[in-house]
Amino acid sequence: MKNIIHWTKRVILYGAVGIFCFFSASPFIWMVITMFKQDRDLYRSANNPFLYNLSPTLDHLRLLLVQTNFPVFLRNSVFIGVLVVLITLVISIPAAYSLARLAGRWGERAGIGIFLVYLVPPTLLFIPLSRVVVSLGLNNSLWSLVLVYPTITIPFSTWLLMGFFKSIPKDLEEAARVDGYSRLMSFIKVVMPLSISGVVAVTAFTFTLTLHEFVYALAFVTSSAQRTISVGVPTELVRGDVFYWQSLMAAAAIVAIPVGLIYNIFLDRLVAGFTMGAVKG
Amino acid sequence: MENHATQNRKWSGRFRYWTDREDILSSLFLFPAVIYIVALVGVPFLIAVAFSFTDVTAGNTSLNFTGLDNFRAILKTPQFSQSLKNTISFTIISQIIIIILANILALVLSMDFKGKWFARFLIMLPWATPIALGTIGWLWLLDSKFSPIDWTFRYLHLLGEPDALLGDTKNLFYLGRLELAKASIILIYVWRMLPLSAVILMAGLTSIPQDLLDQADVDGAGFWRILFQIKLPLILPIMSIAVLFSIIFTVGDMAVVYVLTRGGPVYYTQVLPTWAYYKGIESGALAEGAATALFLFPVLLAVAIFVLRFSRRTEVT
Repeated sequence: MKNIIHWTKRVILYGAVGIFCFFSASPFIWMVITMFKQDRDLYRSANNPFLYNLSPTLDHLRLLLVQTNFPVFLRNSVFIGVLVVLITLVISIPAAYSLARLAGRWGERAGIGIFLVYLVPPTLLFIPLSRVVVSLGLNNSLWSLVLVYPTITIPFSTWLLMGFFKSIPKDLEEAARVDGYSRLMSFIKVVMPLSISGVVAVTAFTFTLTLHEFVYALAFVTSSAQRTISVGVPTELVRGDVFYWQSLMAAAAIVAIPVGLIYNIFLDRLVAGFTMGAVKG
Repeated sequence: MENHATQNRKWSGRFRYWTDREDILSSLFLFPAVIYIVALVGVPFLIAVAFSFTDVTAGNTSLNFTGLDNFRAILKTPQFSQSLKNTISFTIISQIIIIILANILALVLSMDFKGKWFARFLIMLPWATPIALGTIGWLWLLDSKFSPIDWTFRYLHLLGEPDALLGDTKNLFYLGRLELAKASIILIYVWRMLPLSAVILMAGLTSIPQDLLDQADVDGAGFWRILFQIKLPLILPIMSIAVLFSIIFTVGDMAVVYVLTRGGPVYYTQVLPTWAYYKGIESGALAEGAATALFLFPVLLAVAIFVLRFSRRTEVT
């Protein structure tokens, strides 16, 4: 009897896991199936869409990598991502340390304030920012995105790093100061080396946030050569009304799967950051 | 020589003094971040408010104060009121579904089972993927002619035959029919935000002290009793955080509607962000676009106040 109850529980558990996995993954499964299909196989509504009725092909992947601007979008996205990560780290590491350790009571308020900035959606600001971008002569250039993306990433990274710095015991710094280090040096020599894993997590998330961004990239950049993955793929790989579905799906899958892996590796760090406000107050 | 050394000591002493003063150091450290945010979030926000009271367009940048004319003009258009209604209803409906499913998913993920790492990877994918690309996947999944969902329905004889349950047309035309298009958009919002809400709730569940649960178990409380009387009340604060994130990302999103339906059929699935984009950027009516986007602000303000009060309450306890 106990055995039966145990097994029923397991079946329900695995059933639930299966349903959730299927719901989440179905567009991706469909992407991966589609990207290798021949046209004559894909565009016949009588064919079973889940099977390869004709042999799979790499033609559409080749088309994507050779004949479209996809490699350009990818390069632009990486270029923007790397620069934005650097700007973000340079600005948010000191800010986070300041809010975590130096600023005291007032710092906690400022910390919440910075976090609220992260909650201001780009859709509220893209119209005035488009004027700012034009007046700086950056319209239609990916530099406009390098300039603007840190407004999203700095608040987010500062918040994550703040939690990280708070988790490092104060005694370590105090011991360093007894040894004759100044406040600044104890931060550089003691706190930073201990924070490497936090910085790595923040780097990963900052980079993926820039990959995700859609609104600014759509509003500020119109020329194909300057577009990012997020906007280039849905607008440019769709020519007129003709969709190159296999290539489109390949483009989406190539980006989605590595980013998904990165997220899964650093997920715990992210969750800790998101929930810090509620758990620790 | 001696002079140089004292100079040096003096300088390093002063340097040390400055780098040792907490108040100075803390402002120095914080300064760049504050400047960046004030310049590129604070100022643009004020510009948005200013724009909405003027007649600025993309072509003509001279500002003439026009009072509430923009608001009067946009309130009159049916597209605007449709967008506002959609933003509100899409958000509310999707949040209700998300919070129910996220609680179940968080419970499931906090148990032990084989292949958990891979399951977590699959479940997190919708949140990890750039939403514009995820939506393309859905666009093809909901295709008017080649949707595999329709094929499955036809295979099960639920569609495409006389007297079939879902109708005798060969396809359901998800994005062409108003109700189905709206449901599809809500479905994608749920699909995208569910993973984040679930992992946040999971963090809440793991923070419940084990001895509390053990004690309840000893006292004879069953699974449901522990769930509804201990776990849920204890994760309520964290649940509100999950809802907050979910609302903000849903209200502020424009990629889903832009890629999936482009606001169609006609303009019936427009939301505030997409309508602001069409007005402000595509037709160049900056002032009206800015005024439209500003309607997002009251929602966000309410959310912000909630967070502030909430965080103050946790400070006290």
